[in-house]
Amino acid sequence: MYTPHTASEVEAMLKAIGIEKLEDLFQEIPEKFRFPKLNLPPKSTEMETLDYLQEIASANATTQEMVSFLGAGAYDHYIPAVVDMILRRGEFYTAYTPYQPEISQGTLQAIFEYQSLICELTGMDVANASHYDGATACAEAVILAYHNFRGKRKKVILSQSVNPQYRQVIHTYMQGMDDLKILDEPTTNDLLELPSDLLEHLDTDTALVLVQYPDFFGRIFDLKSLIETAHGLGTLVAIAINPTALGILTPPGELGADIVVGEGQPLGLPLSYGGPYLGIFATKNELVRKIAGRLVGETLDVNGQLAYVLTLTAREQHIRREKATSNICSNQGLMALASTVYLSALGKNGLREVSNLCYQKAHYAAEQLDKLDGFEVLWKDTPFFHEFILQCPKPVSMINSHLEEHAILGGFDLSKEYPELKNCMLIAVTEKISKDDIDYLCEILQEVENE
Amino acid sequence: MLFPKELKYQKTDEWVKIEGDTATVGVSDYAQDALSDVVYVELMVEVGDKVKQGDTLATVESVKAAADVNIPVNGEVVELNTALSDSPELINESPYEEAWIAKIKLAPEAGLENLLDAETYEKYCQER
Amino acid sequence: MSEPTIFDLSSEGRIGVRFPKSDVSEYPLPEAFLRQSLPLPELSEIDVVRHFTRLSQKNYAIDLGFYPLGSCTMKYNPKINETVARLPGFAFTHPAQSILTVQGNLYLMYTLQEWLKEISGFAAVTLEPAAGAQGELVGALIIKAYHKDRSDLKRKKILIPDSAHGTNPATSAMVGFEVVPLPSDQRGNVDLAVLKTLCNNELAGLMLTNPNTLGLFDQNVLEVINLVHEAGGLVYGDGANLNALLGITRPGDLGFDIMHFNLHKTFSTPHGGGGPGSGPVAVTQRLIDYLPDPIVGIIEEGDEENPPLFGFITPAKSIGRIKSFQGHFGVLIRAFTYIYMHGAEGLRDIAEKAVLNANYLLSKLKDKYTLAYDRQCMHEFVLEGVWKDLPDIHALDIAKRLMDYGYHPPTNYFPLIVHEALMIEPTETESIQELDGFAEAMLKIAEEARTNPELLHDAPHNTPVRRCDELKAARDLVLCCSPFKDNE
Repeated sequence: MYTPHTASEVEAMLKAIGIEKLEDLFQEIPEKFRFPKLNLPPKSTEMETLDYLQEIASANATTQEMVSFLGAGAYDHYIPAVVDMILRRGEFYTAYTPYQPEISQGTLQAIFEYQSLICELTGMDVANASHYDGATACAEAVILAYHNFRGKRKKVILSQSVNPQYRQVIHTYMQGMDDLKILDEPTTNDLLELPSDLLEHLDTDTALVLVQYPDFFGRIFDLKSLIETAHGLGTLVAIAINPTALGILTPPGELGADIVVGEGQPLGLPLSYGGPYLGIFATKNELVRKIAGRLVGETLDVNGQLAYVLTLTAREQHIRREKATSNICSNQGLMALASTVYLSALGKNGLREVSNLCYQKAHYAAEQLDKLDGFEVLWKDTPFFHEFILQCPKPVSMINSHLEEHAILGGFDLSKEYPELKNCMLIAVTEKISKDDIDYLCEILQEVENE
Repeated sequence: MLFPKELKYQKTDEWVKIEGDTATVGVSDYAQDALSDVVYVELMVEVGDKVKQGDTLATVESVKAAADVNIPVNGEVVELNTALSDSPELINESPYEEAWIAKIKLAPEAGLENLLDAETYEKYCQER
Repeated sequence: MSEPTIFDLSSEGRIGVRFPKSDVSEYPLPEAFLRQSLPLPELSEIDVVRHFTRLSQKNYAIDLGFYPLGSCTMKYNPKINETVARLPGFAFTHPAQSILTVQGNLYLMYTLQEWLKEISGFAAVTLEPAAGAQGELVGALIIKAYHKDRSDLKRKKILIPDSAHGTNPATSAMVGFEVVPLPSDQRGNVDLAVLKTLCNNELAGLMLTNPNTLGLFDQNVLEVINLVHEAGGLVYGDGANLNALLGITRPGDLGFDIMHFNLHKTFSTPHGGGGPGSGPVAVTQRLIDYLPDPIVGIIEEGDEENPPLFGFITPAKSIGRIKSFQGHFGVLIRAFTYIYMHGAEGLRDIAEKAVLNANYLLSKLKDKYTLAYDRQCMHEFVLEGVWKDLPDIHALDIAKRLMDYGYHPPTNYFPLIVHEALMIEPTETESIQELDGFAEAMLKIAEEARTNPELLHDAPHNTPVRRCDELKAARDLVLCCSPFKDNE
């Protein structure tokens, strides 16, 4: 396919090496297992391949022809044309990790700008070059906290209002730390937890408390007293954010967060069925040397010219090996670039606009949906950003089936992760949803109730 | 390369100065040379900690490496050199004098017999 | 010439992308939670395009030239992959959509699982891990779960060859294993004698890269694996070097229990300046139950008229979820496309040409450079970047000088067991002309090292920036454009 060798070139090369045929290159492979016959489709041309992939793609329903109210950690935002144009540049996407700064200034400066944008957005002092996604960023926050106290604090508290997938991933990652206690249980008998419910569980054995803002259900709470209490006990506070929401909401840095994590997908990354996404990770200055993952820093070259390099690399796995606190090697380079272009293209005003549009439309949707017979918006008196819980008269799976027949992708079914939220779906509204879309949803939902 | 005769050493490149019942600890000239420019020293103990031979005292980080400093004696940490946080380069400039890392009050069984003298350590470094 | 940052280029009042006005009535924002300022830059679209285009021009990339980076497999990234990954039918699917609405995606993932199984000789595959290091984490967690399940709690040691990539010991330590280094013998194989002494009931497993980071196929691989199995341990294969084995042999056949793939190496998905990667993991039959949650499976069998219904399955004793949703789908599409285009014949061709290219390049360099291990190599080989009679020349100098010749340097100072290592992996997509050009540059540099060493010490001379002060970067930490904060 992409091997350029002609027959005569192969011959010349074999001669230079001093062997007769290609098979001679593999004599060290145990004979019994050499040259297996692989049961794969026959090779194919580009034209046929594209045909095949288009056929596969057409077996999906997408948010282009369906109106989508799905959120729960991934959001359908408008991606300006300029983002993909930059990502398609071969100099960016076919480049390697910038270990040789002299010929990687493009990548390095872009990441430096990404780090800077994240700091401005979150109000934190330093951001790394990204983790795999929001969930693994949370896991890295817990690892950081554990090592920060050198094992002297053995407890970590996870709010129930943190995305369930994030909490699941934390458990998987922490399996290696047998002495760590993760408090990940309902702390209240009420339907949904408030940050204040966590206060009584904080103590001097707590290394970290993790909350989400807005939380998984879209709610916005005042985190100041939780943060104050935590800090009074020496506990670190990690806040998982939605970057779109930070277009209008107080940044967690100003609230006193020690660590900020989050899913950067809303910043110009396509939904792409779940990945690749972008793990945001930022901290206060005091924690900079404990951050896992790549960091780009500013310096000068021998001519005194401004240059960017990967720095503090001695912390990383390729040097510390088994002493590294995390095994992370790669970052989501291209996705970080995408978000940098997105934020540059939108700028201060654009992000505020998107954020506001999401807020406005979501509030219209909540108001209209709450009026429907048999449906109720839960927690409607609590401030929320662009997601909310809609309690339905029937199981969500049934309702969503019906909606799909009408080209609507309904909200996320909460009953699987939160059994007490039976028949509840999480509705998300972005700037791509129109008033008509919302009215249409109401119309179809009312039909369901009337059946 | 300097190997002051009055000090004791470990194979992991720490030096120890015994004065009465106090041990002062740092990293050797060989170590700072191997690390090259030190950018950060992270202390892993606090004053008052009871420590054993082999525990990690600190981590010394340079651009290309990060090495653990291992405690050479059993005892209790009584003083830490806070100058190293602002001036980690002292480790390169003055490994035996200004860049001492910790002072440890010796326990009755301090483990001094496990330490190497200057000559043995120098020989060991030459053969590495 | 320095390119200003987006913050430098910002101009108050500039509008970039605009959005439609809200079509709903206005709802009051929650006063108590509003931010006072949003210190992001303000740029117009032309500013954005020019800035990032100019930045891109400072990069070296596969699309520009040869990248002989050992262990990275910097092969050509086919453009059809980019087209396919962007098909709206894929790009606009939400990960939480009901399975009935994404049968295309699930079919693709299931089929890719099957193909990877076939290529590697294993019983099951998870596509969830985001990168090689995450794949290793999954592998280590599976090893731990397997022994725990059998109440075999004494097994706390993982053996790792001294030539291994840093992620291997880092991952093992993260999972709570004790890392025991395993030396290599003079032929570059795992030292069997030492291995025998370490095979006991405390052995959880061995992490083996084969071919290893020296580019050498372990001549005793079957025995190595057998010894570990007899002692009750599991063998994990780091699949970073799979490019040499496609269609040549299958790690599952050789006896490995688990392995990870690096789709961004072997299967041509782009490196993206540092990511995203993708690190699927394959396991043998007895380990299927421990795979992460979820894997793609057939929920309802099909028949002559209907295709099967694909969906998600939670393995019975799953180690748990390893990342959000179901993996780097955008990367999976590219790997799927690549495998489909190549077929069995094409995959074998890849391995043959990769190994041919490496040996050819080796034949051109081994007279002037010291070969670390004098054996026929596989897809990569390691040279020593030093000459005994030139004590002032180091691998770093050779690497930097190569940039003046228009080449990205090979991997240097890895693996750690070779002094001043230069690890070279040409990959199969390079022509003989390209290889000859690189060899010529290397030979010229070997000459310059003798006649004009300053050229190496001061290199590179012709790049956008010259050697950077990494010490200053680490000491005077500047990790973001903080001056912007002052302007707000």
